[in-house]
Amino acid sequence: MVKILKHQRLNETNFRIVFDSSLVAKKIKPGQFMVLRIREEGERIPMSLADMDPEKGTVTVIYQVIGQSTTLLSTKKVGEEICDLVGPMGVASHYPEKGNFMVIGGGIGIAPIHPTAREAKKRGLYVIGIIGARTKDLLFYEEQMQKVTDELYVTTDDGSYGKKGFVTDALKELHQRGKKIDHILAIGPVPMMKFVCSTTRPMGIPTWVSLNPIMIDATGMCGVCRVSVGGKTKFACVDGPDFDGHQVDFDLLTKRLSMYESYEKQSLEKFKKECTKEAALKKA
Amino acid sequence: MKIPRQPMPERDPQERKRNFKEVPHGYTPELAQKEAERCLQCPKPPCIKGCPVEIDIPRFIELIYEGKFSEAAKKIKETNSLPAICGRVCPQEEQCEEVCVLSKKFQPVAIGHLERFCADWEREHEEIEVPEILPSTEKRVAVVGSGPGGLTVAGDLIKLGHQVTIFEALHKPGGVLVYGIPEFRLPKAIVQSEVDYLQAMGVEVKCSFVIGRLMTIDELFQDGYHAVYVGTGAGAPSFLNIPGENLNGILSANEFLTRSNLMKAYSFPEADTPIFTGKRVAVLGGGNTAMDSVRTGLRLGAEHAYIVYRRSQAEMPARATEIHHAEEEGIEFIMLTNPVRFIGDEGGWVKGMECLRMELGEPDESGRRRPVPIEGSNFIMDVDTVIIAVGNSSNPLVQQTTPGLDTNRWGNITVTSETMQTSRKAIYAGGDIVTGGATVIQAAGAGKIAARAIDAYLKTL
Ligand SMILES: Cc1cc2nc3c(=O)[nH]c(=O)nc-3n(C[C@H](O)[C@H](O)[C@H](O)COP(=O)(O)OP(=O)(O)OC[C@H]3O[C@@H](n4cnc5c(N)ncnc54)[C@H](O)[C@@H]3O)c2cc1C
Ligand SMILES: Cc1cc2nc3c(=O)[nH]c(=O)nc-3n(C[C@H](O)[C@H](O)[C@H](O)COP(=O)(O)OP(=O)(O)OC[C@H]3O[C@@H](n4cnc5c(N)ncnc54)[C@H](O)[C@@H]3O)c2cc1C
Ligand code: SF4
Ligand code: FES
Repeated sequence: MVKILKHQRLNETNFRIVFDSSLVAKKIKPGQFMVLRIREEGERIPMSLADMDPEKGTVTVIYQVIGQSTTLLSTKKVGEEICDLVGPMGVASHYPEKGNFMVIGGGIGIAPIHPTAREAKKRGLYVIGIIGARTKDLLFYEEQMQKVTDELYVTTDDGSYGKKGFVTDALKELHQRGKKIDHILAIGPVPMMKFVCSTTRPMGIPTWVSLNPIMIDATGMCGVCRVSVGGKTKFACVDGPDFDGHQVDFDLLTKRLSMYESYEKQSLEKFKKECTKEAALKKA
Repeated sequence: MKIPRQPMPERDPQERKRNFKEVPHGYTPELAQKEAERCLQCPKPPCIKGCPVEIDIPRFIELIYEGKFSEAAKKIKETNSLPAICGRVCPQEEQCEEVCVLSKKFQPVAIGHLERFCADWEREHEEIEVPEILPSTEKRVAVVGSGPGGLTVAGDLIKLGHQVTIFEALHKPGGVLVYGIPEFRLPKAIVQSEVDYLQAMGVEVKCSFVIGRLMTIDELFQDGYHAVYVGTGAGAPSFLNIPGENLNGILSANEFLTRSNLMKAYSFPEADTPIFTGKRVAVLGGGNTAMDSVRTGLRLGAEHAYIVYRRSQAEMPARATEIHHAEEEGIEFIMLTNPVRFIGDEGGWVKGMECLRMELGEPDESGRRRPVPIEGSNFIMDVDTVIIAVGNSSNPLVQQTTPGLDTNRWGNITVTSETMQTSRKAIYAGGDIVTGGATVIQAAGAGKIAARAIDAYLKTL
C-alpha cells in the first residue's frame, strides 16, 4: 500500500498527486515512469515521473482524468492509500553532450518534461522550453518551467494565453529566427509528437519523443506496448519510453491506443454509476 | 489387473467451456484408495527415477491406501514443497507415470491424481501447522522472482533458520502460476495458500519490486543480504516477425493470459482491466501456453477457437490431458499450418491470416520431424483475434544489471548443475531463467538443489 501525501486539482482535468515511496524516490530519474494500481480489482496504469524528492522520499505524478482508473484516482484523498506503485520503469531521458536542448511539452506532457529540463540545466545545457495547451485554464507548471529553462515560450491553441497556435508554431518561428537547436525532446499527445517530428525532420534536428502505448506489466513480459521504430518492433516499457521520433510509426501507435476503447467506455460508465449510487447512499 | 485406473471426475465439457471453474473435481477418498490399491509397491520402483525430485512414490501411495492421507502429504513434501500445484500441472505422462511398471501392460498408476488428492485433503482438513524452524542463523537470503523455483528456495531456507525475502516484480506472488496458468487448471487460491504458508513461516514477500531497477543484485549485497537466488523465469514473449503482427487483435499469449489471470479480466467489468475476445480466435503454437490461451478464448465467448500449429498433433509439446480437454471442449485443431502474414482492415484490426500448408520432413535437432512448407499451398483463414504462443525468452533485466553474471547465447544464466551457482559468488539461479521455458517441477527441483547449496555456503560465512 502506498500513501497519498498531497493531492491537488490543477485545473478542470489535471491533478497533481504526491506519493510516499522512499525507495522509488531515491532511484527514479527523469524520463522514467511508474505503474500504479489503485484498488484491488484495479488496472495497472503507467504514469510518468513529474517530480521526486529523494530526501523526503516522495514522488509526484501529474495526471489527466480520462477514463475509469484516472477518475477513481481523482476521488482519493490525502492520507488514503493506493494498492501499488512500482518503478522506476523504462529508460531515463537522453541528453545531448552539449549545446542547446529544447524541451517541448504539450498538455499533460508538460509534467514529464519538467524534471528532464531541470536535469539538463544541472548538466550545464542551455535549455529552451516550449509548453502549450488547448486553452489557458489547462496550462500548468509555467512558473516551475521558468525556473528550469533559459528561455520559455508558451502557446495556447485558442490564444487565450501566451502565443496563439501550436507548440510547433513557436518551434518554427524560433527556427526561422535562426535559433540554434541541437536536440529536442517532445512529450505530449500523439498528434502533437507526430507533428513536431514532421516539423523537425526537414530541419534535421534530432528529436526524441516519449511514447505512451497501452501497458500492463511494464516489465517486458506481455508485449502489449509494442511500437514500431525504424521498422523494428520495440517494447516501449523496457526499450523506451523515449525513442527517436523520426523513426516512430505514430499512426500505428494511434491505432493500437484505440484497441480497448469500447471496453474503456463501458468501464467508466459502470464506475460512474457506482459513484452516483454511493453518493445517494451517503445522502440517505 | 483387476482394478482399472480410476478416472478423475470432471466437469462436463459443455458446461465448463463457458466458465473458469476448475475442470477436474479431484478424487474422493474412496477413489483415491481404490487407485492406490493398484500400485504394486515395486521393490525397485522406476517411478521414483522418473520424478525430477524423486518423491518416494510407492510410500506415499501406500499411506493413502492405509487411509493416512495427512502422512501421505507430508511424505511428498519431504521432497516437493508444492504437491497441490504439481499434482495438477506436472506432465506425469512423460515422467513418473511413463515409467510405472504397470504402463507396459495396463494403464499406469494415476500418481499425479493421487499427489493432488493428498495435498488437497491436507489443505481442506487440517489447520496448516508451521513446521519446526531451526534457530536463526542471522543470515539473509534474497530470492528474486516468486515462481515455483523461488517459492521452493524460500521455503527450504526459512526452515533452516535463515532470513528470506522474496522480491517480485508483479503485484502478486506466484510467477507463471498466477499470471500464466488459468484458474480452470490451477485455482489461484491454491497458489495463495502456498504463499500464505511461506509467510506464516516468516518469509517476507515484497511485491511490486523490480530487481535491476529499484535495486540491483549488488545493492542487495550492500544492503546486507548474504546470498541471492535468481528465479526470474522466461517471461519475454516471442513474436513471429511476419508482416501485420502489430495489428489490433493480435496479442501475445502472455498478454492475453495476464489480462485474464493476473488482472482477472475474465470478470470485466467487475475487474477494471478489459480483455479483447473476438468470435474467431486463432492461437499459434502447440504447447501448454497455447492450450491455455485457446481454452481461455473459448471461455470468453469465441465461436471458433483454433489451434494453428506448424507440425502435426503428435509433435505438440502440450500435456496430453490438456490436448484431450481442449478437444472435448470443441477446440478446432489446424495442424501442419504456418502463418506467413496477417491481413488488416481499414481500422487497423486483423481480419485474416495467410497461411501455408506444411509437411513433415527429416527430424531436426529436437528429434521432431521438421515442418517444410508446401509451395503454393497458401490460403487465408478468416480470424478476428490471433494469440501468439510460440515461446518465451528470458527477461534480460537482472543479467544486464549484474556485472560478471555469465549467460549463454540465448541470454539464459549459466550455472553449475550440482549447486545452481552462477559465475558469481553467492548468486544462484534456477528454473526457466536457466533452462528456458521448462516445467514447474524442474524449477522447483532446481530450487531444492540451490537451497541446499546456499545453506552450505552460508555455513561457511
Ligand atoms: C509511459 C507512460 C507514461 C504516462 N504518463 C502519464 C502521465 O504522466 N500523466 C497522464 O495523465 N497520463 C500518462 N499516461 C497515460 C495514462 O497511463 C493513461 O491515461 C491511463 O492509463 C488511462 O487510464 P483510464 O482508466 O483513466 O482511461 P481509459 O479509459 O482506460 O483509457 C483512456 C485511454 O488511455 C489509454 N490507456 C488506457 N489504458 C492504458 C494503459 N494501461 N497504459 C497506457 N495507456 C492506456 C488509451 O489510449 C485509452 O484509449 C502515460 C502512459 C504511458 C504508457
Ligand atoms: C501459460 C503457461 C502454461 C504452463 N503450463 C505448465 C504446465 O501445465 N505444467 C508445467 O509443469 N509447466 C507449465 N508451464 C511452465 C512453468 O510454468 C514454468 O516452467 C515455471 O513456472 C518456471 O518457474 P520459475 O521458478 O522459473 O519462475 P516463473 O514462474 O517464470 O516466475 C518468475 C517470476 O519472476 C518475476 N521476475 C522477473 N524478473 C524480475 C525482476 N527483475 N525482479 C523481480 N521479479 C522478477 C516474474 O514477474 C515472475 O513472477 C507453463 C507456462 C506457461 C507460460
Ligand atoms: S512403478 Fe508404478 S506400480 Fe511400481 S511403485 Fe511406482 S507407481 Fe507403484
Ligand atoms: S507493458 Fe507488457 S511488455 Fe511492455
